[in-house]
Amino acid sequence: MKTLKIEDLSKNFGTTEVLKKINLEIDEGNFLVLLGPSGCGKSTLLNIIAGLETIDEGNVFIDDYNVSKVEPKDRNIAMVFQSYALYPSMNVKENMIFGLKQAKTSKEKIEEQLEKVSSFLQVKELLNRKPSQLSGGQRQRVAIGRALVREPRIFLFDEPLSNLDAKLRVEMRREIKKLHQKLKTTVVYVTHDQTEAMSLGTKIAIMNHGVIQQNESPEIIYNKPSNTFVADFIGSPSMNLIKGKLKQSSDKILFTAEGANFDIPINSYDFNNTSQQNNKEVYFGIRPEHIYFKKSNEDDFEVNLRADLSEYIGHEQIMTFDLANQELLAKFPSTIKIELNKETKLYFDLTQVSLFDANTQERL
Amino acid sequence: MQVKTSLAAYTQLEKKSKITNLLLRWFLYFVLVLFASYFIFPLYVMIVTSLKTMEEIRQGTLLTLPSGLNFESWAVAWEGRGYGAGDTFLKPYFWNSIKMVVPAVFFSTFIGAMTGYVLTKWRFKGDSWVFLFLLFGCFIPFQAILLPMARTLGVLGISNSILGLVVVHTVYGIPFTTLFFRNYYVSVPTELVKAARIDGAGFFKIFFKILLPISAPIIVVTVIWQFTQIWNDFLFGSTFSFGEAAPIQVALNNMVLSSTSVKEYNVDMASAIIAGIPTLIVYVLAGKYFIRGLTSGAVKG
Amino acid sequence: MAFFLIKNSIKNMFKWLEKNLPKIVLAPAVGLISWFVYGFVLWTFYISFTNSKILPRYELWGVGNYGKLWASHKWLVAVENLFIFTALFLIFCTVIGIILAIFLDQKIRAEGVLRTIYLYPMALSFIVTGTAWKWILNPTLGIQKMFIDWGFESFTFDWLVDREMAIYTVVIAGVWQSAGFVMALFLAGLRSVEDEIVKAAKIDGAGLFTVYWKILIPMMRPVFFTSFVILVHISIKSYDLIVALTQGGPGISTTMPAMYMTQTAFHKSQVALSATSAIMMFMAVSAVIIPYLYSELRRENAS
Repeated sequence: MKTLKIEDLSKNFGTTEVLKKINLEIDEGNFLVLLGPSGCGKSTLLNIIAGLETIDEGNVFIDDYNVSKVEPKDRNIAMVFQSYALYPSMNVKENMIFGLKQAKTSKEKIEEQLEKVSSFLQVKELLNRKPSQLSGGQRQRVAIGRALVREPRIFLFDEPLSNLDAKLRVEMRREIKKLHQKLKTTVVYVTHDQTEAMSLGTKIAIMNHGVIQQNESPEIIYNKPSNTFVADFIGSPSMNLIKGKLKQSSDKILFTAEGANFDIPINSYDFNNTSQQNNKEVYFGIRPEHIYFKKSNEDDFEVNLRADLSEYIGHEQIMTFDLANQELLAKFPSTIKIELNKETKLYFDLTQVSLFDANTQERL
Repeated sequence: MQVKTSLAAYTQLEKKSKITNLLLRWFLYFVLVLFASYFIFPLYVMIVTSLKTMEEIRQGTLLTLPSGLNFESWAVAWEGRGYGAGDTFLKPYFWNSIKMVVPAVFFSTFIGAMTGYVLTKWRFKGDSWVFLFLLFGCFIPFQAILLPMARTLGVLGISNSILGLVVVHTVYGIPFTTLFFRNYYVSVPTELVKAARIDGAGFFKIFFKILLPISAPIIVVTVIWQFTQIWNDFLFGSTFSFGEAAPIQVALNNMVLSSTSVKEYNVDMASAIIAGIPTLIVYVLAGKYFIRGLTSGAVKG
Repeated sequence: MAFFLIKNSIKNMFKWLEKNLPKIVLAPAVGLISWFVYGFVLWTFYISFTNSKILPRYELWGVGNYGKLWASHKWLVAVENLFIFTALFLIFCTVIGIILAIFLDQKIRAEGVLRTIYLYPMALSFIVTGTAWKWILNPTLGIQKMFIDWGFESFTFDWLVDREMAIYTVVIAGVWQSAGFVMALFLAGLRSVEDEIVKAAKIDGAGLFTVYWKILIPMMRPVFFTSFVILVHISIKSYDLIVALTQGGPGISTTMPAMYMTQTAFHKSQVALSATSAIMMFMAVSAVIIPYLYSELRRENAS
């Protein structure tokens, strides 16, 4: 039994197709992140799961029950909003038990839940305060508490960290992760921040223009992006995508960048379809972290490239190299000194390479 | 806490809630229309009555439609019957009001704009106190200044004149116009002014070249507000003028109250409509600015 | 040499002007308000302690006028009317305003038209309003006749000329004029609530009624406060409406402080007494406005 299943879900706003035949499943205890740029449909999908938006086509199942037409309050879900949406005229305690009271829960049960959650989240001292008297981090905890007391099947988070400053964001992110590890709740979490997605999710569904681009674990998404959109969206800086052609001769496949005078051997690449790769226009993808200044592995490909720019980020530096007039970014520790405007030896980690069809943008 | 059960049960619930929703919608519209009739009723009555003859009025009720569109009472209300003395009609007083309103709106708006500009873009120590000082003028009951003002106008030789009323309305309009412009200019980023100063622009240049061009919305709100307040005024009009220099609301009241011979209700209604048309037209055309003035002026205190 | 001095002083003058231009521009407004508002109120205050009759006399006479005022039957009726009117005016305007605002907030189809209808009375003067309602409430030809003609033979609605009930006609007309304003304030307030709060309430299982009653209306506290202050302010200043609707009658049964003040000054030639009543009105308004301005300023400074 899947805790959440979305089947062929479509949603239009007027003439705009916001969600196009979405299919998705989560098991209990999973932390699914809906990641994507603004307008990709992730918030709409979340609102549909919550029951706050209507469905045009398709179904939503929670624990195998078809909840497509069910009111939010009967779906056994709880939601944490970007602005926390705490009721301003009620104090923290009233905010947290409001949902339980609406469900006509017994007084004892309410007290029990409140006690449990407020101690767990360490908000007991705040119970009598009004939201306006709380700090951003405290409000977040209360918002989470409001969701926790109802012991829902699924927790929904709608970009809860976007309103916080950078430092607080990192702190609260870790708190959410710790919470999930402890409680093993099922979570659907919306964000546009790929670092947040990678650190929090057990599975990430990357969306663009209403379509799920890839729905896998963070490791797979990072190492084996399914198309150029994913490759570019994940990672900071994003994966280098070098345009070029594949040359296939008998069992050997080589990549030549446009305008380059050298070939890169593609030996241990896991092709979906090994035939007909000759003369294929492709993007050669390699992450800046997988370009080294010293040979690290046997199969590392050696190449001489001219360094054009260096950006110092503190513990790292991002260097821009010229590969046949295309930009190649590499990440090195900032202790390494590489001269600009001169050629340096670089080593590509060929086990970390991705190839994409230049026309379909899909992974080969 | 488990999710409730079968799809059948849900379809039942859905059907039931659909019916309740429909009933609720009907109730909603019913109440809204009921209140709408309460609000429309007087306007309807005014128009309808003004188009009837006195005979029709005596025979019918408030709601009965006139047999034809009889504009005679409108003509009488506007120009009178030509009997000479003792016959009040609205035309001259309508123009009195125009002559009073236009300069008063202009000057009070202009002063308010400059004052709001100074208070927000040329801050100095104690400027919020100055603002509060001016703001208080919005709230005083004018009874507290009627007596001294009457004397002052007399001393200046402008009592019972349109000019006197212009002065009065300009002065007592300043707190409101300042409030509007100040609240508006407060949200204009000071960077604009700073950049202009760095470019060498002076006090007036900044106002005319930078602030004024983006002030259209608040100018509209202020002008509409001032126009409505001044056109609708009765207290100042009746206290500081009488006879020929009176503004329209005073004339209207005099006409309605005069108990010479038979009461002509149709003429009364026509007069009321004529007195109310300018502000009504402004409201219908630019209503949302009117509301904006009401709510922003009020909410901001 | 002299020429040089003159040129210099002119230059200095311009420099001084430039530097003080803001304050100079502020001068008209501040000057006019100081004189015509604060100065005049002080003058009226002073006069209330004199024995002025037709013309102001400036010898101080004492607080006798205040005693005289509060012993005056007419004034007491006026104050009583003010309380009755204010209480009813407040209650009805607020209740009607909130109901209309909540109903209009429900995605009504003709919202724009309805809003225009509820608010247009505010565009009219109180004289026009009073004139219209005077006709509607006319005992022989108005509503009473309407119902009688419809078959309710013993229907009476002569409140306008009934000493006891006339004040309530003022309420009817006043509410008609101002309820729309309260509606506009509450509608703006309701609309300014971010919809995430309503979403959260829906997820918490709150029905429509609960959402308004337990969450949205409590959030409207500042709007309540503002509309209260403004309605009270309108009420204390009521003059035009009464002049047009009842002229303070029948007799003095609908007279109000503002009317008392005008009549005492200009018809009864009792300038000092009139000034006294004006000061009482001023104090009443201040009692409401000053706390309001204070709390608003505190709120603005806190944010």
